[in-house]
Amino acid sequence: MKQIFVRPDRCMACRSCETACAVQHSADKTLFSAVLQEPPPMKRLFVGAAEGIRMPVICRHCEDAPCLRACISGCLYRDDHGFVRRRKERCIGCWTCIMLCPFGVITRDSEKHIAVKCDRCHKLDIPACVNACPTRALVMAEPEEVAADRRQKALLAASGGD
Amino acid sequence: MSDQEKSTDSATLWAIGEARKAGIQTVWDRYQAQVPQCGFGETGLCCRHCLQGPCRIDPFGEGPRTGVCGANADVMVARGLSRAIAAGAASHGGHAKHLAHTLLKSAKGEAADYPLKDEAKLRAVAARTGIKTEGRDAREIAVDVAEKALREFSEKESPLAWAAATVTKGRVETFLKLGVAPVGIDSAVAESMHRTTYGVDADPVNILLGAVKCALADYAACHMATDIADILFGTPQPVVTRANLGVIKSDSINIALHGHNPLLSDIIVQVAGEQEMKDLAAAAGASGGINIVGVCCTGNEVMMRHRIPLATSSVSQETAIATGALDAMVVDYQCIMPALAGVAECYHTRLITTMQIAKIPDALHIEFSEAGARDCAKEIIRAAADAFGKRDPAKISIPDISSAAFAGFSAEAILSALSLLNRDDPLRPLTDNIASGSIYGVCLFAGCNNVKIAQDAGYTAMITELAKNNVLILATGCASGAFARHGFMTQEATEKYAGDGLKGVLTAVGQAAGLNGPLPLVLHMGSCVDNSRAADIAVAVADKLGVDLNMLPVVASAPEPVTEKAVAIGTWAVAAGLPTHLGIVPPVLGSRTVTEVLTSTAKELFGGYFIVETDPLKAAEKLISVLGERRRGLGLDS
Repeated sequence: MKQIFVRPDRCMACRSCETACAVQHSADKTLFSAVLQEPPPMKRLFVGAAEGIRMPVICRHCEDAPCLRACISGCLYRDDHGFVRRRKERCIGCWTCIMLCPFGVITRDSEKHIAVKCDRCHKLDIPACVNACPTRALVMAEPEEVAADRRQKALLAASGGD
Repeated sequence: MSDQEKSTDSATLWAIGEARKAGIQTVWDRYQAQVPQCGFGETGLCCRHCLQGPCRIDPFGEGPRTGVCGANADVMVARGLSRAIAAGAASHGGHAKHLAHTLLKSAKGEAADYPLKDEAKLRAVAARTGIKTEGRDAREIAVDVAEKALREFSEKESPLAWAAATVTKGRVETFLKLGVAPVGIDSAVAESMHRTTYGVDADPVNILLGAVKCALADYAACHMATDIADILFGTPQPVVTRANLGVIKSDSINIALHGHNPLLSDIIVQVAGEQEMKDLAAAAGASGGINIVGVCCTGNEVMMRHRIPLATSSVSQETAIATGALDAMVVDYQCIMPALAGVAECYHTRLITTMQIAKIPDALHIEFSEAGARDCAKEIIRAAADAFGKRDPAKISIPDISSAAFAGFSAEAILSALSLLNRDDPLRPLTDNIASGSIYGVCLFAGCNNVKIAQDAGYTAMITELAKNNVLILATGCASGAFARHGFMTQEATEKYAGDGLKGVLTAVGQAAGLNGPLPLVLHMGSCVDNSRAADIAVAVADKLGVDLNMLPVVASAPEPVTEKAVAIGTWAVAAGLPTHLGIVPPVLGSRTVTEVLTSTAKELFGGYFIVETDPLKAAEKLISVLGERRRGLGLDS
């Protein structure tokens, strides 16, 4: 099953993924309506930067998800695709999920008083953030492919190549 | 992107297919490679005006709400728009200045290839701009006109003559009251750059008023360009020609003239008709001789004055080369896609750049100068003849598609046609028919083709609706190219699409003009600088009725705009009092203040305002409703 992977060296920090995410979670799903929407739609991933790196931080839909284990109200659940999603009506706003998410990608909807997180654009083949990335810093790939690629790079580095 | 999303024109679609077969990328492929485009750019929420940036403002309010300097969304969007208008004004200014320099050289006897062709126009322009004409030689007057024109570019003590003397008194008063009357064309551009640089104007409304001033400088430049082109090359009169890729001929040396300024293109047309060049074509084996075709606005210039057929226009410029039979594409400046070089490389076509400020790597550069214009034209034609011999017959495939097109309705030509109905009061037939409702209103179509819209779809959908409702249609620039390709610049189109009232008026004028039928459905007024011709007609009608432009049932529409020039023209149309439709959302929605000023506050200040509507049928409905509002305002309809 393909997952979203980030290639930090490709990221321009243009935040197009953030914009596309918010648009995808807006009423009309078009940019020009979304920017006029009240309250504004919320994004589910976050472009950040640290020394020498910039990249979007995204929900990993962890196979052993701390947020899911922590959710006491039965809001968070794993769907048939393996995505960690919300039953919005069950959220009581205890924020335990926010406390336990290792990536900090669950946030608070201050209007609706519920937790907000990535739903992996479960209705789309390609998530909006991946589709919006102009530099393909965000890609869909099998974890095994990514691991193989990393091994190849490690071997090249060890051999003194690039 | 399906082909239907690329173009509605069968010749363009055919050429897209040819390019695909040959593995050549065109504008539509490059656009797809850009999608999705950056939302910050699309909403105007990015700023690169200083080295502390680039800055962006999060339109969703979670991220930064100001740039590093503290500029908020309103300031950022207003500054971006202002700079776009400045670039547009700089372009039209450059075009007009080039012509003014040539007029001066012509008058001083330093440019033998540029005689003063239209003395009546020269005298009319001189009289309008306060230059004495009585008892003076044309050359003397031309020196004064050229020097006065050139003085318009720097900062004067008084408003621009080419703006103030060509609009209604009411407009001038409004412009002075709001502080938007420009005193120099280049100085207005410079002022816009100054006030939008780091740490100057941070009041979004003040920035926008500055942008309007610059847009009015653009208007002056457009008007000056039209005036001087007419003086040097003749004021257009109606002609019949053809439009679309089928005007390229397999047995001829085909030379496409692309760009904007008639300075070189007109000379090439003149020279191509001479025996020396005919002999050259014969020697090269071109039995059809030399076939000059137009692209874009310089195509409009030579179409109006020399019946040169139009091959294609802005967005589809590459398709002319994909016929495999274009021997040279000669370009001056503006709207020339650098991609032409790559497409030309796949064929025998010589891409020839001619202007010092507009070179393209891999093109043949034959530099233009007024002193050597004819020599330059000859060298270009020789290069085309040479390329003709290198054609690859396997690559030649010209679609047999073209439409007849009436062109060349200058303000003078329209007035002289109307005078056939009423010699003493030529505007009377127009104003009477507007009053009676036979002409419900007037719509000026201007602007480009934008890759984001299936080529011409906006134009063709809107014109059928408007014409049915008796709206008189004027067109310039690539808008006229769209109408020409689809057969709307014909008498048949009037018969087919015009409402009864409009058909009656066009038929009466057409019969009086000896056309044995109506005028065409679209009156082609020229290139994009020639929007000034439409302004002249509107000003004459307003003066005749004793009202200001912001009361007339006249609207403008750019269904498929692309360039910064189009943004400048749209802005001066709004300042002139015209409700102005845009079929593409400009990069302003990131600021509610700017959006509101453009679409609503402008109405209170100028009477004109922007109507942004991407659905052409809804846009036509909105324009018809606006025309109705204006008619009721004049007491024409209850």
